[in-house]
Amino acid sequence: MASQTLETQAAEAAAGGSFIKNNLREYGLLLSLVAIMVFFQVQTNGTLFQPLNLTNLILQNSYIVVMALGMLLVIVSGHIDLSVGSVSGFIGACAAVLMVNKGMHFVPATLICLALGALIGAAQGYWVAFYKIPSFIVTLAGMLVFKGLALAVLEGSSVGPFPAEFQLLSTGFIPDPLHGEALRITSFVAGLLMALVLLVSKVRGRAERVQHGMDNEPALLFMAKNLVFAAMIAAFSYLLASYKGLPNVLIVMLLLMLVYDFVTSRTTLGRRIYALGGNEKAARLSGIKTDRLSFYTFVNMGVLSALAGLIFAARLNTATPKAGLGFELDVIAACFIGGASASGGVGKVLGAVIGAFIMGVMNNGMSIMGIGIDYQQVIKGLVLLAAVCVDVYNKKK
Amino acid sequence: MSEPILEMRGIKKSFHGVRALSNVNLTVQAGEIHAIVGENGAGKSTLMKVLSGVYPHGEFEGQIRFQGADCQFKGIADSEHKGIIIIHQELALVPLLSISENIFLGNEQATRGIIDWTASFVKTQALLKKVGLKESPNALITNLGVGKQQLIEIAKALSKEVKLLILDEPTASLNETDSDALLELLLDLKGHGITCILISHKLNEISKVADSITVLRDGATVASLDCRAQKVSEDLVIRHMVGREMADRYPKRTPNIGEKVFEVRNWTVHHEVHPERVVIKNVDLHVKRGEIVGIAGLMGAGRTELAMSIFGRTYGRNISGEVLLHGKKVDTGTVEKAIANRIAYVTEDRKGYGLVLEETIAWNTTLANLGAVSKRSVIDEGREFKVAEDYRKKLNIRSPDVYAHTVNLSGGNQQKVVLSKWLFSDPEVLILDEPTRGIDVGAKFEIYSIIAQLAAEGRCVLMISSEMPELLGMCDRICVLNEGSFVAEFTAAEASQEKIMRSIVTSGVN
Repeated sequence: MASQTLETQAAEAAAGGSFIKNNLREYGLLLSLVAIMVFFQVQTNGTLFQPLNLTNLILQNSYIVVMALGMLLVIVSGHIDLSVGSVSGFIGACAAVLMVNKGMHFVPATLICLALGALIGAAQGYWVAFYKIPSFIVTLAGMLVFKGLALAVLEGSSVGPFPAEFQLLSTGFIPDPLHGEALRITSFVAGLLMALVLLVSKVRGRAERVQHGMDNEPALLFMAKNLVFAAMIAAFSYLLASYKGLPNVLIVMLLLMLVYDFVTSRTTLGRRIYALGGNEKAARLSGIKTDRLSFYTFVNMGVLSALAGLIFAARLNTATPKAGLGFELDVIAACFIGGASASGGVGKVLGAVIGAFIMGVMNNGMSIMGIGIDYQQVIKGLVLLAAVCVDVYNKKK
Repeated sequence: MSEPILEMRGIKKSFHGVRALSNVNLTVQAGEIHAIVGENGAGKSTLMKVLSGVYPHGEFEGQIRFQGADCQFKGIADSEHKGIIIIHQELALVPLLSISENIFLGNEQATRGIIDWTASFVKTQALLKKVGLKESPNALITNLGVGKQQLIEIAKALSKEVKLLILDEPTASLNETDSDALLELLLDLKGHGITCILISHKLNEISKVADSITVLRDGATVASLDCRAQKVSEDLVIRHMVGREMADRYPKRTPNIGEKVFEVRNWTVHHEVHPERVVIKNVDLHVKRGEIVGIAGLMGAGRTELAMSIFGRTYGRNISGEVLLHGKKVDTGTVEKAIANRIAYVTEDRKGYGLVLEETIAWNTTLANLGAVSKRSVIDEGREFKVAEDYRKKLNIRSPDVYAHTVNLSGGNQQKVVLSKWLFSDPEVLILDEPTRGIDVGAKFEIYSIIAQLAAEGRCVLMISSEMPELLGMCDRICVLNEGSFVAEFTAAEASQEKIMRSIVTSGVN
């Protein structure tokens, strides 16, 4: 009997081991984010996790994360979008002209800006999807066009400040009707609730899958992973709550994350995008309208670029001609660090988000450490290369 | 007779345990035109790759003697150096370079890396004259027709002082005038002492120019015929090509054939890239309930083009004609509409067109009918799992579970996943394109059993295959497609490999 239990235990351990090996990529990504955070926490003598810095970290990276969500779909479908930085800058400029120069209310102005983003995405997607012009070229052209248009709209100068209500998009925090003294109780409770909801939904999902015999993730690993995750969310919301609470933009980001994660992993639409990127010919022969699908991924990218442009403009409280410069590089890097494949068909929303935060934490940590912008770029470049090398190496094995 | 220019003895070559060549002997005399014939997959192309060094010495067994010396080629450069030059069916010219640039590609007329354009031009002119072309050496390849491109390939071979010229299906994509010109040129080259190996399906061409014929079947030499000694009849060649025993390799089935369900009328399709070429010419076709209809034909006959043009117009341009189901005209203009009309097409290229290899069995199984496993476009993973597991058991797909990635499955199991995908779309008409290509014998029988079962369920099966025994073993009726038209139709009782082969090789003559 005893030996039998031992054997089953050994078998379970072996199964767990092989499971980790097979899913190394997903665990590895999360572990590297944690490792990088701990590294900088130590190197910056604890500055990284100070509530003020943590809040800044989120505000600084929110627009990258938002665009990474759209970019992931574009990359999974087998394309690339180089124009997102310029588009977000251009939309920020349009917002400034509408709200500051023309005095338009922020609600219609925001809606117009998002619609404009959709239109820009459609204009680029049209050539890519229906005329089969390589997305690299179309969006390279778009990058130049919208960079130029941003300059033209702003007439070369900065325009600001924005109406106070609009600024709240980036600089506001969720209200605290419970009036916590040292701790914004509403924010903390919201964070705890989030952690709980996540945990419950994960456990439920797993139960359902186990019932059908679909899940082979060892129970111990599953519980450990999700408990750590929930604990992290609770801890972060505590830290944030001890400063000004949860930023509005974090809520926007989280909602978008959940929606995109759901769409990509659970819906037919998401499934079809992966099929398109994985094998376009097979997808087409399975009755999927591949052209239209590519087109819509670009429309979606346009809308998210516009949203990111608005967030960025609200954060700076001015629209400058230089806004959005180089964003596309961070966004694309986030997706590739997050495990997306340059040849399409592979990549996860959460991967791209973690990738964005790896880049963000490195930016932030290195700045605190006083590393110059010159070597920061060198290091970021090498990290990107290393991450993709690990991917390729794993695949070859 | 003097010593032969080329002797290949006991050539054996296998790929991952599958024998492609089991024992080939080939003797070619100097200054002759030697034809090699055999069915698709008999090993002709593999043999030529062995000869030209594509498979280097050591990757195969056997001996090659060329001009009295043993040869151990390490690559194509070695064999070309000896004067053995192969012209593949797919021409290897760079379309946007000029004739002279192509002819001297890799062999530039240059000193210390600087090209002497005058010398290139003059030499090219002389070579073009030899092959009977009047084009300027500066003309771009892309502006020439296929026939002329073939002649450019020969000129390129001549520039390398060719001794043994190998042509793989040179006339497959040529019209009659161009074919004749090419054959004339071969006879002319023979007069200049160049030995030539000609691989062809067209027996009428072979009897026109060949001095001797080697017949390959299933990777072995089955006959060496000398046309100079006695007249070799096409019958004899055909018999050698196909003469194999039919064993019990097919499931027993008692066909239960009903009314006419699927019909194609006046179907005409133009080439996708060269719209002036007609690929399918005014074809009529029908399949009855529970019937398995085979489409025989050589590679390039237009079988896949016919199937794909019917299935959502996924091939071709300027498609005309009508598709009828139960006597009513239906629209199959897009894949979606074709699927909605319960037509399915199982591709010949399961890796390129059938599967998303990075994804799992379950994922691929539901891809063509996602609606059936989702509610308000949210996929019900439980239902998806059940569907996939069901097909995995029914079709006996060998894998640990339905979450195995299809890239790791064997060819036979991959094919079963593709079949699952289309069976899940519940088709009334199934078009199977080379359903057993690259699959081992055991898995073939399983696929045949599935096909028989589908017909027994009352579905219409249209089966395209290059393997004639498979068509004879499975089909109730066989239509022979050649150069875009049906040239013959046989019932199961009257069909034979000889008859099919004869209808193909004689259709080109008149």
